[in-house]
Amino acid sequence: MPHSQLRIVIVGHVDHGKSTLIGRLLNDTGSLPDGKVEQVREMSRKRGMPFEWAFVMDALQAERDQGITIDTTQIHFKTKQRPYVIIDAPGHTEFLKNMVTGASQADAALLVIDADEGALEQSRRHAFLLHLLGVRQVAVVVNKMDKVEFSSRRYEAVAQEIKDYLAELGLQPKAVIPVSARNGDNIVSRSEQSEWYLGPTVIEQLDAFRPQQTSPDQPLRFPLQDVYKPDDRRILAGRIESGRLRVGDTLHFSPTGASARVVSIEAWNHPETVLSAQAGQSIGITLDKRIFAERGHIAHHQADAPVLAHRLSVRLFWLVSDPLVVGKTYTLKIATGEHRVTVEQVTAVIDVEDLSSTPGKAVRRNEVAEVVLRSRSPIALDLASELPRTGRGALIDGNDVVGGCLVVEIEDAAAANITEVSHTVSLEERAQSNGHKGGIVWLTGLSGAGKSTLAMALERALFDRGWQTFVLDGDNVRNGLNAGLGFSADDRAENIRRVAETAKLFADAGMVVIASLISPLKSDRARARVIGGERFHEVHVAANLATCEERDPKGLYRKARAGEIAEFTGISAPYEAPDQPELVIDTDALSRSEALARLLDYVDETLGKNSLKSGKELTYVI
Amino acid sequence: MSADLDQLENQSIYILREAYNRIDKLAMLWSIGKDSNALLWLCRKAFFGRIPFPVVQLDTAMELPEVYEFRDRITKEWDLDLKVEQCPPEEEMDQTLPPLTRAAARKTEGLKNLLRDHAYQGVMVGIRRDEQATRAKERVFSPRSLEGDWDVKDQPAEFWDHYKTRFPEGVHVRIHPLLAWTELDIWRYSQREGIPIVPLYFARDGKRYRSLGEKNITFPVDSTASTIDEIIAELQVTRIPERAGRAMDNESEDSFERLRSVGYM
Repeated sequence: MPHSQLRIVIVGHVDHGKSTLIGRLLNDTGSLPDGKVEQVREMSRKRGMPFEWAFVMDALQAERDQGITIDTTQIHFKTKQRPYVIIDAPGHTEFLKNMVTGASQADAALLVIDADEGALEQSRRHAFLLHLLGVRQVAVVVNKMDKVEFSSRRYEAVAQEIKDYLAELGLQPKAVIPVSARNGDNIVSRSEQSEWYLGPTVIEQLDAFRPQQTSPDQPLRFPLQDVYKPDDRRILAGRIESGRLRVGDTLHFSPTGASARVVSIEAWNHPETVLSAQAGQSIGITLDKRIFAERGHIAHHQADAPVLAHRLSVRLFWLVSDPLVVGKTYTLKIATGEHRVTVEQVTAVIDVEDLSSTPGKAVRRNEVAEVVLRSRSPIALDLASELPRTGRGALIDGNDVVGGCLVVEIEDAAAANITEVSHTVSLEERAQSNGHKGGIVWLTGLSGAGKSTLAMALERALFDRGWQTFVLDGDNVRNGLNAGLGFSADDRAENIRRVAETAKLFADAGMVVIASLISPLKSDRARARVIGGERFHEVHVAANLATCEERDPKGLYRKARAGEIAEFTGISAPYEAPDQPELVIDTDALSRSEALARLLDYVDETLGKNSLKSGKELTYVI
Repeated sequence: MSADLDQLENQSIYILREAYNRIDKLAMLWSIGKDSNALLWLCRKAFFGRIPFPVVQLDTAMELPEVYEFRDRITKEWDLDLKVEQCPPEEEMDQTLPPLTRAAARKTEGLKNLLRDHAYQGVMVGIRRDEQATRAKERVFSPRSLEGDWDVKDQPAEFWDHYKTRFPEGVHVRIHPLLAWTELDIWRYSQREGIPIVPLYFARDGKRYRSLGEKNITFPVDSTASTIDEIIAELQVTRIPERAGRAMDNESEDSFERLRSVGYM
């Protein structure tokens, strides 16, 4: 018998009998250890319940007490043909992230549907997620046939409904099997109660699934995990996600564009020299040249390179209660590379019931959607439909993985630049000529926090160094560009939008624009970030309200307290501090010159001479 | 043919390298059993011969003499950076735990002391899903509070080999590179690679240790398997669970779950 396991995930709506099906499979194939059935009988007795097969799987006290599966689990069993790992995925909406965790590891899936209730919301959501997670082999198990007296008509109705749904996802079930997990019908042996059914039993279907194959003939993608120097060797370590590489190959690295030849494939305790390696292997290589290469870079052959993208459409699933919102920035992790991306647009939130879609501003927990992401730096990636392993990723917010996504459309950075920049002078040329990049330094903070002072001091300091720079001050633009705007919520938002668009033009012209505006609302600043793209740098000029009020340089707090100004930020209107600004300058703690020095350092580092070079060599030592 | 072992090996190496790159201060727990010996071997493969972090034994002074002998020999031969952490005595354990479970809890406390004293942010542990039902629910990167508590009802999402590697202050992470391996895989791999094994695993006088623990709470099981080949043959037909000789697992319905939820491996 082969040792290679097939990994099967069991999904479906809560209470449709997933755990029971597994308990039955284990028992009927003789896979339960001695004493397990007695143990389960005892657990059931103690809780005053009838014998529950599900207890074989539900390992946690709370799971047995509540009779539901909370977390995904895995269990091993064998048929005559091969060993299996069964992954039990919880059906309750609340535990969707556990379902995703379980299902993402599977070669194939069984979707369990209650014959009486038919496909319910989670049945559909799970089917949709299987599709997103890349599980393409699916069989449907119509369970609890004993409750509908093994009616072939009922079976046909349920089967047709789910087949139609799966067809819309591009999935065709390998079989739709009528069973009673509790009684063991059509699990291991064919049931006499469903003579009208001619398809496979559950076990026969499992044995008919095929392991997922990776073909070494695909384009090479070798994302770096780390660089080691165990001795005088410099080893680039990682796992080949697709394709094959050989000693002697010339590798190109994205996004840096560096290239070098493979001198060796390193291996420990391996007597023969390794000459080639392919998809799935964790390897280490040495190169003929010392190039700048680090974690996240992807090695590939010159032909068949990944796309370098700034803007991409993804289909995503969202797992946490904080919704995904337009304008917010997340970390997108594809293979080992991590990239800051801002949500530009929610193109469609998909209703899993009928697969209809509506555009939106946010994606809530457990929803699936199509979203446009924009990155500040170019991301090397592929379309998920072509190379899934470098065409999908996790979204991270703070410390947590909050969602997953497939890349469905890419705007090629190279191509995009040609259409966007029809100027004969390119951004790079302007930057080289000026000796610095163009950019928007957006100072936000309470009135009196020190924005204007800092903006003017920064402009002076940069100008004195020969930089192209200009301050756009919130008060000043209201006299001209935005003279027609008042102070209603809409007008304030429009004021900020216009300043952001203007700042972008200056930045495109190669200047460092210092925008100084209270800009109290996250949503307005998020829009400015989308407009400014990778050139937008948010700086929170922070000070306590009390300090600002004491400073009161324009006498506005006094007026606001006296009720002479309506909706004054900090007094009668909220200030929403940025969650993840590029920089915070605390003017309570820093002197004026310290604050300026810190701001200058930041601008120098991100826009100055050093930022124009392609990268610096780093050394790694174990 | 052992393509399946290659696949497991590649996956474990990937996990080890992720942990080493993402987690600042890392150590590996070495129980000297077959699983953590295989894990040591995988570390040597992942990092090209030298293990770049300390290897820690949580010692209760209750291991069998063969275990200590093996530890000292391998430490020298493989040039390991071994740290031995003495576990606190049984009297200091939670007295509401059943007595044998209490004895096992000493290791939990030893681990807490280790984490506190050395400020490790990550520890690698060679547990497997097929050993025990609560371990089957583990993540590869499994965050714990400072006290070691495992919030099994709210574990992070883990998919497509994207692991949770960022944590707030005070949280540490258990890394489980062997989660997908089975007992049989470990033996087949040990045989293929020639990994050294503590001789207690081989049958003498009709008994062998199938799972190796402290002498007060672990017992040998009936077996005639005295070579790896015979162990592999035995495992292909047995219906006795691996941890049958572990007294604390079977003391009460939830004794192992209680142990694990407060930080046991």
